[in-house]
Amino acid sequence: MSDVAIDLIIIGAGPAGMSAALEARAHGLSVAVLDEQASPGGQIYRQVLQADARSRAVLGADYSAGAKLAADFSQCGARYLPNAAIWQVTPQREVHYLVEGRARILQGRHLLIATGAFERPMPMPGWALPGVMTAGAGQILLKSAAMVPAGPVVLAGCGPLLYLLAVQYLRAGVAVEALVDTSQGRDLLKAWRTIPGAMRGWRDLLKGAGLLVELKRAGIRHFRGAGNLRIEGNDRANALSFVSGGQHHRVSAELILLHQGVVPHTQISRSLRLEHDWSESQLCWVPRRNGVGETSAAGIYIAGDGGAIGGAQVAQLEGRLVAATIAGQRNRTRLIQKALGRARAARPLIDALYRPPAQSCVPADDVMVCRCEEVSAGDIRRYVDLGCLGPNQTKAFGRCGMGPCQGRQCGLSVTQIIAAHRHVPPAEVGYYRIRPPLKPITLAQLAGESHSLEELS
Amino acid sequence: MSADSLFRSLAAAQQNVSIEFEGQPLSVPDKVSLAAALLASGLRHTRESAISGRPAAPYCMMGVCFECLVQVDGQANVQSCLVPVRAGMRVRRQCGAAALVPVGEVSDE
Repeated sequence: MSDVAIDLIIIGAGPAGMSAALEARAHGLSVAVLDEQASPGGQIYRQVLQADARSRAVLGADYSAGAKLAADFSQCGARYLPNAAIWQVTPQREVHYLVEGRARILQGRHLLIATGAFERPMPMPGWALPGVMTAGAGQILLKSAAMVPAGPVVLAGCGPLLYLLAVQYLRAGVAVEALVDTSQGRDLLKAWRTIPGAMRGWRDLLKGAGLLVELKRAGIRHFRGAGNLRIEGNDRANALSFVSGGQHHRVSAELILLHQGVVPHTQISRSLRLEHDWSESQLCWVPRRNGVGETSAAGIYIAGDGGAIGGAQVAQLEGRLVAATIAGQRNRTRLIQKALGRARAARPLIDALYRPPAQSCVPADDVMVCRCEEVSAGDIRRYVDLGCLGPNQTKAFGRCGMGPCQGRQCGLSVTQIIAAHRHVPPAEVGYYRIRPPLKPITLAQLAGESHSLEELS
Repeated sequence: MSADSLFRSLAAAQQNVSIEFEGQPLSVPDKVSLAAALLASGLRHTRESAISGRPAAPYCMMGVCFECLVQVDGQANVQSCLVPVRAGMRVRRQCGAAALVPVGEVSDE
């Protein structure tokens, strides 16, 4: 089988995956890139090749910068497989996927998981009501469908994406009803001084400050240090209530967009039983990697936000580093590692500034945490009182994490709720055991599965 | 875009396609995901949960949350945020868990 395998299979065509493909092709490797979306770019550069001048003006320079990368990627000679739903990956580097309802298998000598990040769950009363979406979803609708809110919209939570979306809506002429900021109004300068390496993070700090200035100038109502967030409504959202500055507030809106940062998408790395560690600075699980991005399984690498949140610049460098390493380009890897050191310098500062408040990671008893099986934080605490030690046991107690999303939306909350209730670190509580199929597949599709080698030759 | 929609389009000229939703014809924007098309047409909920029957709608738009599940051309549990909208698609809400097809109705295809 090895003589027909591809040198490098890349899962994900975001900044990390595209950069890895470019680097690998430059060194003559055969490359196949599978991606869940219809066009390259990942979520950050989503549909960047199709964006018109108006979209680019609204979305800003950081978005448009992805167009060159996506264009170069399209030309690099890597086999690109869009609209691919990956439902299983094996330790032998076999990738099982569905395209247009057909099940196929690709075999790689090396495998790079570049699946990026998704938004950290932000459970609160009413968050499952229609009309509540993530800020990322709002931005995806803007990037992929040029859709913006038609009526009053409230943005709530914390993190750079929340401010960026507010500014993008402003540029598009959308009236943002309120920005409900859950960050605790820390002294920026104080945080800056206490964090190692932060001096080199000033550029990112200014970028964030610039967004806030733009919002202030536009006169958007900006509530700071908000807590006790609650979405009101019976079968659809109609308001967000919260406490800020010691006052109770209620803002009417039928569209409420939530965000409190992003976390690595570890579904594939978990299904492979790779080693993961709890990151206290990023409050999430990160797959264990060595200095060049190789995981605890030989020949399987992770680059970009799927390894730890680092942003698009870091993702591109990590993707290149993996490809140069596989190609045995020692001088090149040293150069990339130097650049990576610089690009990562600001991260501790960003992590500290936008750390989500404990209240919105570990919600009150009445809040639904597992949206698929409709299990509340109180249910999970009761399971713990009955002897449940970790997320895997919550499945047996009440099907928590066993619905269609397979724990993607609740997993992090469940770990943190159990850890807090047991008074132990999250690392001791662990995470769900993730098993294939990672995406829905019918028995008929499974029965018709075949190797896709003939398509590649 | 529908007057009921939570969203409006920035595009100057929007091309539409016709699909079928719950057995009724529905005109939706072309060249977007099915989830975006349904949101644009003013549908507030696209699924009823398998546990309590609560109404649910697309939440993450990137394949993570599975809140946007619908039935497409008889196939249950399709993530509408990952499927491009296509003229003539027959779409239904995913209400409850997917039902198994009775043995007699399984085709040989």
